[in-house]
Amino acid sequence: MQVRVANVSKNYAGMAALSDVSLTVGSGELVALLGPSGSGKTTLLRTIAGLESPDSGVVYFDDRDASESRIQDRGVGFVFQHYALFRHMRVMDNIAFGLRARRKSKPKDGDIKKRVMELLDLVQLSGLEKRFPSQLSGGQRQRVALARALAIEPRVLLLDEPFGALDARVRKDLRRWLREIHERTGHTTLFVTHDQEEALELADRVVVMNRGQIEQSATPDEIYDTPATPFVFSFIGESSVIPVTIGNGRATLDERVIDLEIGRLPDGPAQLFLRPEDVAMVTDGGPGIPGLVVSTRRIGGMRRVTMECGLARHRIEFDASAELAIQNSQRVQVRIVGGRVYGAGQEGYATEKLAASATADFKWARAEGWLDR
Amino acid sequence: MSTPAITAQPDGKPPRAKWRRRSVLPGFGLSLGYTIAYLSLIVLLPLAGLAISAASLGWNEFWAIAFDPRVSAALQLSFGAAMLAAVVNTVFGVLIAWVLVRYRFPGRRWLDAAVDLPFALPTAVAGIALATLYAPNGPFGAVLENVFGVKVGFSALGVVFALMFVGLPFVVRTVQPVLEEIDRETEEVSATLGAGRFRTVTRVILPAMFPAILTGFALSFARGVGEYGSVIFIANNLPFESEIAPLLIVIKLDEHNYAGATAIATIMLVIAFVMLFVINVLQAWSRKWFGHE
Amino acid sequence: MSSNAAQKNRQKQAIGEGPITRAILIALALAFLGVMLIAPLLVVFIEAFGRGVGVFFDSLTSPHTMSALQLTLLVAAIAVPANLVFGVAAAWAIAKFDFRGKAFLLTLIDLPFAVSPVVSGLVFVLLFGANSALGPWLDANNIKILFAVPGIVLATIFITFPFIARELIPLMQQQGSSEEEAAVSLGAGGWRTFFLVTLPNVKWGLLYGVLLCNARAMGEFGAVSVVSGHIRGQTNTLPLHIEILYHDNKAAAAFAVASLLALLALVTLAVKSILEARFAGSLAAQRRH
Repeated sequence: MQVRVANVSKNYAGMAALSDVSLTVGSGELVALLGPSGSGKTTLLRTIAGLESPDSGVVYFDDRDASESRIQDRGVGFVFQHYALFRHMRVMDNIAFGLRARRKSKPKDGDIKKRVMELLDLVQLSGLEKRFPSQLSGGQRQRVALARALAIEPRVLLLDEPFGALDARVRKDLRRWLREIHERTGHTTLFVTHDQEEALELADRVVVMNRGQIEQSATPDEIYDTPATPFVFSFIGESSVIPVTIGNGRATLDERVIDLEIGRLPDGPAQLFLRPEDVAMVTDGGPGIPGLVVSTRRIGGMRRVTMECGLARHRIEFDASAELAIQNSQRVQVRIVGGRVYGAGQEGYATEKLAASATADFKWARAEGWLDR
Repeated sequence: MSTPAITAQPDGKPPRAKWRRRSVLPGFGLSLGYTIAYLSLIVLLPLAGLAISAASLGWNEFWAIAFDPRVSAALQLSFGAAMLAAVVNTVFGVLIAWVLVRYRFPGRRWLDAAVDLPFALPTAVAGIALATLYAPNGPFGAVLENVFGVKVGFSALGVVFALMFVGLPFVVRTVQPVLEEIDRETEEVSATLGAGRFRTVTRVILPAMFPAILTGFALSFARGVGEYGSVIFIANNLPFESEIAPLLIVIKLDEHNYAGATAIATIMLVIAFVMLFVINVLQAWSRKWFGHE
Repeated sequence: MSSNAAQKNRQKQAIGEGPITRAILIALALAFLGVMLIAPLLVVFIEAFGRGVGVFFDSLTSPHTMSALQLTLLVAAIAVPANLVFGVAAAWAIAKFDFRGKAFLLTLIDLPFAVSPVVSGLVFVLLFGANSALGPWLDANNIKILFAVPGIVLATIFITFPFIARELIPLMQQQGSSEEEAAVSLGAGGWRTFFLVTLPNVKWGLLYGVLLCNARAMGEFGAVSVVSGHIRGQTNTLPLHIEILYHDNKAAAAFAVASLLALLALVTLAVKSILEARFAGSLAAQRRH
């Protein structure tokens, strides 16, 4: 079933938790709502579930206004962050709860039992049906919560920070397993997370949220490779930011030209975003942006170097071969081989992907006092 | 059951009444309506009756009763004895809470349970028991009078003892949970920073407990001011000496002096409301203090 | 206190008072509690049986005692269920919903804690007494509230109505609403959610509140004393009966009746201790009365 959120806004005590959010989730899609805490992702999920009602805007389930039906009849399977298992009920009674609560076409006891056993098998908890929630581990509780939500054959499955309270190993196992369940059952699924790795690995599509708004909604590859806004760029992966000025199709830092192919960006201030792999150290004595090394640390087979450049000592991080002996206060030169420039556009951001290499003369930098300490 | 939870307005404007956050759970109207109706009938209506009676007295009559020497003496005794009892209860209540939370010794559970005795024991029962204990020929009364020369039973001091009995659990039960919550690591930090035990207790633990201690004191005091049942047996109820304000209300009622009873009750109520207000402010303060909000 | 915290305390005794200070503090606490609380309780039972078991049972089976006992049970049987329904409704509204004026409502519920029992009785005298607005009408229609059972019931309800609400509200607030939301999202209606999800989660706290409410309802003295008129055999509850016996210099009989109420108090405390030991998590951590 398709879920469509149309221009939804929601305020709490004067604070905008959601401002004019629109989103369409296709049938059978697995979508992650990703963002820092307070970005509105949980509010959006609860609004889709009908647990919160929007101040304005509408949530459609397959072109039908979902608010026309009571929450009981909406058919959402909601998995709560802390599971919200009924602690006085055994696992089987928890899972059977929704089936027993049905008014119309309430299944027979035998059918309910059969369905519960199927679900227990699906979530790999067969044999634990007589336990109470307090007798289960965190991962097992999570799976009971999911089975309980799946029992009512929901039209859409919503999970709030499904792996938030679990330790790292269990989390990885459950992630893979949730993906499998999704492929088998084919429910339209949304889950909330603040863990980018989780979102990128698990979801068909990632919706990045910030301050009650959607920053970008795209596939994991697009999110990483063509982030739509500076926020997405800096929230996903590692990044360095340098403020530059654009004029006459060229970017300048401290009135010195950094030779970049800027493309169609408008003139004015802009931000240069770089991932560590977008920066290469110049080792052949060729031209490059000069800087001073302020720290190095070992990351796997590489050495992550932080250098300062420009009058305001902007920091750039890049990876160098671990074999190179790089020390603090050493002078280095780097060449920009990728990254993105975000300038102010008509609406939101105009962005250009960089392909060119940057060149600059070590000597002028020295003369301007870039490297004086 | 209330209206359907989700009602986005067609024009996109926020829905009208914003005095409550909408919730998907049903029964708000029913439960709140019943609560308010019951509250109004059982509490507000009778209290309004008192307010009307007090208002119909007129200032002159009201002040004449309030400043009647016997009434003043009774009010002074009620508030003074309650204050004294609350002070003693605060000292010993904190001590008892400390011992119950921090130390392990045989019989601790029994002691912990016994603290609630004044909550559960009817005041009349407590009253005759205390009167028997502290009477001049009673087991405690005789010792106190013969050895220390102090007369507790059938005197103003007896009032204080009765109020100590009824007020003690308020201090213990307010302080105890806060003491349990105090992070022992802060004490350990204090010790590693070189503070002695006394310094740690007075500078680190007590300040953290202070709001709770104040609240317990106020609750004990408020209970003591209004207490009646346990006091009238142990005090000999002589005007100007050991006659408490609630007893004077009963006496005025027996004399069919409704105006007098109303005036004394009003004074006590006003003070009780002020106390209640202070308690709530203190509680808000203590919550903020511990970062619960 | 949970066993977990107890264990923590035992492990960390490197920091704390020395054994002598510790012993002195424990001794002080024991002495104070012994003198202030335990001694009065013991006196009740010693005095009750002081004149022999025969006197004890004679006092308990006297017609006046029996009628006082009946009235006390009747009053509790009306007041406790009434306050139970109120407490559950108030806790549901306050703990599960956000609305303006909640703090004010909580203060109103606390009111009877701050009002002297005598004043609680007085307000009903002023409301229904002979020279109140209602008095003549009640008289004309031959409805007796004051100095009769209805007045005693009303005063008792007034005095005891915060107990159950006050026990449930923090407990239900602490438990949050997510289990109820889960139930509703699974298709359960309001009553079903309440009886199958909410009630089982608060049942021990509810029982505890009922016990406290009942102990207070059966033991209330001041308010009932003001509205009852002390008519022996008709409007005398057990606490009032104790007062009359005591002032008639029938101390042994007074203590015999008192021991009955003291026993009720002990049972209340015992059940409370058991509930706390067993279901520490399902009772509110912080409470006051």
